[in-house]
Amino acid sequence: MKKHGFNLFYFIREGFASIFSHGLMSFAAVCMIVACLLIMGSFSLLAVNADNLLSEAEDDNEFLVFIDETFTDDQINALGAQIMALPNVDAANVRFIPKEDAKATYIERYGDESMYASLPDEVFRDRISIHVLDLSKFKETVDAVKALEGAANVRDQSELAMSFVAVRNGATALATVLVGLLVCVSLFIIANTIRLAAFTRKEEIAIMKMCGATDGFVRWPFLIEGLVLGLTGAIVAFFLQWGVYILVLQGLEESGVFSIFVPIPFLEIWKMVLAVFCGAGALIGMVGSGLAIGKFLQV
Amino acid sequence: MIRLIDVYKEYDNGTKALNAIDMRIDDGEFAFLVGPSGSGKSTIIKLITAEESPTAGQVVVNGFNLNNIRHWQIPYMRRTLGVIFQDFRLNKKKTVWGNLEFTMRIIGASRKEMRQRIPYVLDLVGLTDKSDALPDEISGGEQQRVAIARALINNPQMIIADEPTGNLDPTFSLEIMTLLERINAMGTTMLVVTHEKDLVNRFGKRVIAIKDGELIRDAQGGYGRPV
Ligand SMILES: Nc1ncnc2c1ncn2[C@@H]1O[C@H](COP(=O)(O)OP(=O)(O)OP(=O)(O)O)[C@@H](O)[C@H]1O
Ligand SMILES: [Mg+2]
Repeated sequence: MKKHGFNLFYFIREGFASIFSHGLMSFAAVCMIVACLLIMGSFSLLAVNADNLLSEAEDDNEFLVFIDETFTDDQINALGAQIMALPNVDAANVRFIPKEDAKATYIERYGDESMYASLPDEVFRDRISIHVLDLSKFKETVDAVKALEGAANVRDQSELAMSFVAVRNGATALATVLVGLLVCVSLFIIANTIRLAAFTRKEEIAIMKMCGATDGFVRWPFLIEGLVLGLTGAIVAFFLQWGVYILVLQGLEESGVFSIFVPIPFLEIWKMVLAVFCGAGALIGMVGSGLAIGKFLQV
Repeated sequence: MIRLIDVYKEYDNGTKALNAIDMRIDDGEFAFLVGPSGSGKSTIIKLITAEESPTAGQVVVNGFNLNNIRHWQIPYMRRTLGVIFQDFRLNKKKTVWGNLEFTMRIIGASRKEMRQRIPYVLDLVGLTDKSDALPDEISGGEQQRVAIARALINNPQMIIADEPTGNLDPTFSLEIMTLLERINAMGTTMLVVTHEKDLVNRFGKRVIAIKDGELIRDAQGGYGRPV
């Protein structure tokens, strides 16, 4: 509708004018939103990376069981069948690796000149490679395999896998609590900013209402003010987040952690980060101002 | 049309402002509402504009029964009224034209409607040449004429004025009252609260007098004349 578009322009102009008429408070509100989003974003990115790491770990959720050297081929086959029958074992992926192959793999990995090349095959043991289905039950599965007769030794990375799970769960839980807390703080700050804006225009609002303005007409400029504050905070937070992420990665690179894991590059996730920040900022801004303005409409 | 039926108003702090008020103002009428300070005149106006609600009794304004009006309907009820205050209450940051334009924007008028209506109303109140002035750049009498123009701009059925001349010197008062009379003659119902005995006597309109929240007199003619 034509009339509506006309008013939209008015609402936006009023919203911006209001922001600058009490600049300090608006600035404080934007800073608060930036801080909230930044903390929220940092923890979320930590959780996302831990999650990514975990799924990478899940790619090689493999462990090896070394077979008793005295076992015959028949016994080995029987052991293989027993392993396949265990719960949480990816039966299709249970693979027997003879010692010759194991040696070949080592030589391939460490080069011809390595100490492995000159070793006789007998130094290596026959082994079975096992993949688990659910990484969180990794430990139980390893223990079940260990209990089988003929399973001489088991090599696993369960400690590492479990610590990834712990990091992810911890980061997620902390992020959830912090986000909840910070959203409340941001709402409070935004609501107070808008309340101040509405208070300084109390008379004007009362006159508007006397002249037959609907609640919506009075409310929109304030909602837009909240929206603009929220989005401004979101954009600033986005760029800061980008910087923080790069700095943290640099720090990690220097400490040499990257040999263990590879973080997600920011450029791969920036769209998601920006979208989430803007969504959260806009929501906080509009809900906050909506909460604040209600009282002034009771004229 | 305004109808107050057996209306009582007691404020939250216990002040009994109105006591069994019955009154009726028909379309096209011109009525003065008079009474000593604190007698409840502004309270009546606030009940009519739905700023306050009655403790008991019925209030009907231009077809809206305020006792069971929905919150969202109140703006539409108010658009049938034009309200003028003692202290003008203009937007000081907007020009004369801007004040009128904004009031039309509130009800969703188009630019075309604004361009037609604003010059007409400015001419009616005699402020055509002050169109671009800010409220602080014009006299009190002129400011009040802007307020009258604002009350008129959306073509209400009725104008309600709470002491429109209270802040003006007598020359302006007569001028304002004459303007209100002229607007009434063009068909807009007029309810004017005032203290000014001389003016009331001079115009010889209907006078509703209240005292201590009670209606003590409702008759055609002057302020102090006995019933
Ligand atoms: N918001 C309020 N809360 C409590 N008491 C109020 C309120 N408004 C008015 N009153 C009281 O109600 C009574 C009537 O007040 P009202 O403003 O209607 O008088 P008035 O006739 O308009 O007086 P004036 O001529 O001085 O404007 C007074 O005793 C006043 O103190
Ligand atoms: Mg009064």
